[in-house]
Amino acid sequence: MANDTVDRHWARTQGLMWTMFVLWLIFSFVVHFFVESLNKIVILGFPLGFYMAAQGSLIAFVIMLFVFASRQDAIDREEGQAED
Amino acid sequence: MATTKDSSIGGKSFLDNLGKIYGIYTGGFFGFVAVLAVLEQMGVPNKMIGYGFVFLTIAVYAIIGILSRTSEVGEYYVAGRTVPAFYNGMATGADWMSGASFVGMAGTLFLLGYDGLAFVLGWTGGYVLVAILIAPFLRKFGAYTVPDFFSERFGGSFARFLAVIVLICCSFTYVTAQIFATGIIASRFLDIDFTVAVYVGLLGILLCSMLGGMKAVTWTQVAQYIVLIVAYLLPVVILSAKKYGIPMPQLTYGQAIQDITNLENQMAAKGWAATVKDAAGNAVFAKPHIKPFTTYDPLNYFALILCLMVGTASLPHILMRYFTTPSVREARSSVAWSLFFIFLLYFTAPAYAAFSKLEVYSLINKGTQLADLPAWMYTYGKLGLVKVCGVDVKVVQDVIAACGKIASHPGVLRLQDLSINTDVIVLSTPEIAGMPYVIAGLVAAGGLAAALSTADGLLLAIANALSHDIYYKMVSPNASTTTRLIVARIFLVVVALAAAMTAATKPADILSMVAWAFSLAAAGIFPALVMGIWWKRANTAGAIAGMILGFGVCVYYLVGTRYFAVSFHEMWGWLGTASKAQLDQFAALKQAWIAAPEAGKAAAWAALDKHAQAIASWWGVRNISAALFGLPVGFIAIWIVSLLTPAPSQAVQDMVDATRRPRGGTILVDKGAVTGH
Repeated sequence: MANDTVDRHWARTQGLMWTMFVLWLIFSFVVHFFVESLNKIVILGFPLGFYMAAQGSLIAFVIMLFVFASRQDAIDREEGQAED
Repeated sequence: MATTKDSSIGGKSFLDNLGKIYGIYTGGFFGFVAVLAVLEQMGVPNKMIGYGFVFLTIAVYAIIGILSRTSEVGEYYVAGRTVPAFYNGMATGADWMSGASFVGMAGTLFLLGYDGLAFVLGWTGGYVLVAILIAPFLRKFGAYTVPDFFSERFGGSFARFLAVIVLICCSFTYVTAQIFATGIIASRFLDIDFTVAVYVGLLGILLCSMLGGMKAVTWTQVAQYIVLIVAYLLPVVILSAKKYGIPMPQLTYGQAIQDITNLENQMAAKGWAATVKDAAGNAVFAKPHIKPFTTYDPLNYFALILCLMVGTASLPHILMRYFTTPSVREARSSVAWSLFFIFLLYFTAPAYAAFSKLEVYSLINKGTQLADLPAWMYTYGKLGLVKVCGVDVKVVQDVIAACGKIASHPGVLRLQDLSINTDVIVLSTPEIAGMPYVIAGLVAAGGLAAALSTADGLLLAIANALSHDIYYKMVSPNASTTTRLIVARIFLVVVALAAAMTAATKPADILSMVAWAFSLAAAGIFPALVMGIWWKRANTAGAIAGMILGFGVCVYYLVGTRYFAVSFHEMWGWLGTASKAQLDQFAALKQAWIAAPEAGKAAAWAALDKHAQAIASWWGVRNISAALFGLPVGFIAIWIVSLLTPAPSQAVQDMVDATRRPRGGTILVDKGAVTGH
């Protein structure tokens, strides 16, 4: 049924959104709650807590968005909701 | 594309050959820098190099702007929806990164250390929200402006009108600051009067946007992105290669951070830096670079990140960039490319900060006599941007005299004597590293590109809201295409002039209000936008209540804590976090004001007001993060009021369903427009 795929498409879209949202919460906030402890680990001169705010989370955001774009595209195609 | 010539900008063969065209452009730009470098070696004066950079780059942008002129509504408002994801990403990068990001970001990180990273995180992470919650759905919807969505989804002009108000509130101060930045950069490098420079900048902005609207702004922003990113990366890449042998500053500044920490301890031990007592009672360096929460407490640090992120996802000049892609799919990958291009600058800014800090700390730690201050301090001291012992670094005797007045001053430069304006860090890096002047000119061209491109995007957002939402949709729905485009251009010129006239007065208040834009946009737009897409039950009454209450609370907090701090504190002191000593001081200042004679009233009030601004708050939240209150109020108001009033009509609910499915054309169709598909 057409409605089934529409509903399934939206359910999967929501699922992907929530996954990304939780990852966003983690890299925007949760990681940085532990900055003081992470700073005790030093890699290439970077204290890890500092590094996560200066680069680590940013890299995670960029990767997340490319993964999101390709996953959502796959959902659209598999559920027959992709653009022509 | 009936009236667009195939080979012109925006035409088919242009779009097919974008890589080649912008590749040649980038090569040409490098060639241009090389030619100026050779000219400099041949003895051409610095002033001419500066002129070359400013005028030639503006001329190129203007030519792109003029070649992109259009007589089609769809091209004017959404670039004909033909901009590929990758290039829209670059354009968004230029649209997003303002003159202040380019020039001031590294300086902020220099001054604040770890706490400044709230800006780096806040101004990147917001794009995740743009991609997963908003942009693809607005693209499917097919709006010309963000208020278009509010009107269709929340039935009618009132929601549209509220969205326009929020849009203008958050964009106008922002665009004024961009024009101010172009004026500063142009006046410094052309050596002309600031007011004249503002209008030169204005001309550059209008030439890029007026004839071709969004289409012209898109293709100039791509060109501006290339200039700004080359200008930002090149000096610090050279510096990293010189110092550490690896041209990857983002990797090598880890070593600089270690060195900074060592220098901090050494300076503290010598008494050449401000210290605080640690738990054991030892005097330690007051603001270590890597130590968190020295400027913001954790609540304010995380609140700032949240407000900047949600603000990013609500600023109309950013959201409207995703209206220009050919498909919903490309809108999504375009957000990813946008963030990638923005990331290139933001993950480099901390490296700039670390290298400059290392340079300055080494200078202090080795014991620099006040008579031997380096040349770059004088260059920027003359502009009032570097102070030692409270005086601009202009004349060596003045500096020595000023430091001499400080009790037990050792006669060498100490960290607590030095105050550096945040703009100096990026601008002075080429000089500190001993690079030729051509690199300094390049940095100026980059800063100018960043300010011009952001100004263009903001102006277009404001002018389009006035011409499309207010004039066409609310005042004169039967206007012909020709009239609409004329009106659009008139509004563009009027808004640009108003912003330039405001900027020319150097309004300190307006410039400090720019940071408010993020909270205003977040509180006014985000809840209704997200609920409108993700919750079908959200209805007109709910959205209107949410926008008014959320935005209202945010404005109340911003204005109350800034301009009516005394009465705000008196009303809300029980929610504040002022200490006993601060409360006593408030009471004492208040008594002093009441007791002051007529002549002393104003001064006594100023002292009282200044103190009140420091303590007036709810739970200690700084006013830059006012959306921390506006956001939940907005969401809760939409939720409660929607549930108390009837559900939206079936037609609206079906429209929301259609917005969620990429398949099928856009929902809004403009009768005057020819758009891509």
